Amino acid sequence: MLLLIQYTLIFASVLVLVALGGCFSEHSGVVNIGLEGIMVIGALGGALMMKYVPAGLAAPVVILLVILSSVLIGMLFSLLLGVAAIRFKADQTLVGTALNLLEPAAAVVLVRAINTAESVDNVSSTVAYGTAKKAFIVNIGRFEFNWFMVIALLLLAVSYIVLYKTRFGLRLCACGEHPQAADSVGINVYKMRYAGVLISGALGGLGGLVYITAGVSEWKFENGVAGFGFLALAVMIFGQWRPVNIGLAALLFGLFRALSNVYTGFDALVALKLPSTIYNMLPYIISLIVLVFVSGKSRAPKAEGIPYDKGQR
Amino acid sequence: MHKNSGKKENILRNSAFQTIIASLLCIVLGLFVGYIVLLIINPAGAGEAIVAIMKNFLYYPSAAAATKYLGTTLVKASALLMCSLSVLFAYKVGLFNIGAAGQYVVGVGACLYFALRFNMPWYVCLIAAIVTAALVGGISGALKAYFNVNEVISCIMLNWIGLYSVNMLLSQVKEQSTPYTKALASANKSALLPNLGLDQVFSKNEFVTLGLPLAVVMALAVWILLEKTKFGYELKATGMNKQAAKYCGMREKRNIILTMMIAGGLAGFGAGIFYLTGIEQWMVQQTAVPAMGFNGIAAAFLGGLNPIGTVFSSYFIQHITSGGTYVDKTMYCTQISDLISAFIIYLCGFVLFFRLWLNRFLDKRDEKSGRNGQKGGKA
Repeated sequence: MLLLIQYTLIFASVLVLVALGGCFSEHSGVVNIGLEGIMVIGALGGALMMKYVPAGLAAPVVILLVILSSVLIGMLFSLLLGVAAIRFKADQTLVGTALNLLEPAAAVVLVRAINTAESVDNVSSTVAYGTAKKAFIVNIGRFEFNWFMVIALLLLAVSYIVLYKTRFGLRLCACGEHPQAADSVGINVYKMRYAGVLISGALGGLGGLVYITAGVSEWKFENGVAGFGFLALAVMIFGQWRPVNIGLAALLFGLFRALSNVYTGFDALVALKLPSTIYNMLPYIISLIVLVFVSGKSRAPKAEGIPYDKGQR
Repeated sequence: MHKNSGKKENILRNSAFQTIIASLLCIVLGLFVGYIVLLIINPAGAGEAIVAIMKNFLYYPSAAAATKYLGTTLVKASALLMCSLSVLFAYKVGLFNIGAAGQYVVGVGACLYFALRFNMPWYVCLIAAIVTAALVGGISGALKAYFNVNEVISCIMLNWIGLYSVNMLLSQVKEQSTPYTKALASANKSALLPNLGLDQVFSKNEFVTLGLPLAVVMALAVWILLEKTKFGYELKATGMNKQAAKYCGMREKRNIILTMMIAGGLAGFGAGIFYLTGIEQWMVQQTAVPAMGFNGIAAAFLGGLNPIGTVFSSYFIQHITSGGTYVDKTMYCTQISDLISAFIIYLCGFVLFFRLWLNRFLDKRDEKSGRNGQKGGKA
């Protein structure tokens, strides 16, 4: 039971972070389908930092360095989407999909290049984190408390305040609802959209880092993040683009995802004798069902996915 | 107006020509970026590696071996062509079928299960693959039409559900000792697609079958359906503006569902003509959806969203993907080709802007030469 709570919380943290990323990007008017790829590349940034960070550093410094490298790499790669979608008015779905293919491939190529350089026989795409990962975890009894849970909760609160209580957030939302109107009152729509995409890159990268540190001490990058970026988008839609609802939706999805890790610990579930594959499918099936119920009266930002053209009225 | 302003501009203004130029530019830039990445990883063998990727089967010195592997590349390209047609067909109707990958997987599951469990002949297996994949595509279509569920997200979810279900299903027909499904050649010969003598053309490559010409025929069929029939026109109209189509008396919900079913069927067909050649067995512990469907997106856009164009672009994408296996593995990995094709898709996003820019550039030039012409006339 404790294990279930632990996994639920950690997976929910991932989903909250990435879904908030999508939320910022979409509120600015850019659909970020490339979150999956950004997660992978952000995870890679963090994993490499954990691998190469000197062993003697204090835990808070390690945490800060690893998070920073994930966030920065995530932002850097989200710019690929930003430039294409904002400056060059490219099809956002197409570019996002390209990022989903590009970034995992880049991660695998890079990791294998590093591994092969270390020893010619090593052709795996696995990064081991070494001892640095311990900095993130505090054991409270049998409960493995992870600092990321707090970080996710904090960022959720910050996102709520930023989106609804600050000038920046309200302007950001205006650019996603009616960019022409926003422009007419002197808001720079392009800048706002870049801001939205960069924030989504930062949060997506961080989410990727949390995902690959959940309960394991190495990551095989050929596996990517198994559709988690898209689950996060489903969470965002289920949460109707609002931070608090996103938090609750993430808990629900996190629970189903956690079940596939720990269902063997529950006698009632084992007694059902379902194949483990069913539990693996569960989050995806649930998200499909949920989408059926919430997509009809969707509160998506009205101008999302449409490139902004100053000349168009 | 531009029509009168000289013959030289006409070819640059021709939209088909612009598309071809744009695609070629994407390819050149994509390969260039691949080369840069290779240089960064290890400057010593970069030149050799990029040549290996572009040479693919020409890597073999003997003509017979090269022809044989050309056949293998073509077989893979034919499956890729079907996936890219699937993406293209949906995109023409305004839907982004990222689920081609999952529909392909479900097609694999259906055809192999019918072949290995029920010992059916190849045509039944092929039809099973098409129908099942079409149904999966139809789910996404129905969710979009009736519940306004974003088709990209529902497709991704169905990709994973499809992958896990197929793994579960095909575990029943796998070899005892390995995670692979039984080989068709030994378990059920009647499920293999007929060769029609094509294997002789490609130095006895027994995997070259009826599937190859069928794939090209399907490309033509898709082109005719989209460009020459009333049904195709209705579908495209629905894609352009759902409300307008409804207002004109078209059944827009039915059209969306049918589109996704046809797209799914095309992907399933691709799965059938690939796996029913016996070229590969399914690995039932697969943890990732095969890349075929995603490469289909690359091929569809690289081909300028034209069914005939995709025949060539599919071949190209498969050519460099297969070529990736020939790079020097002590320095590089085969995924470098995936990186190149992913970058090519990314560049395809800029095609629209490129054409706008080109047209604006031509307009400016025309304006200038027009003014000069007038001046010359006066003097």
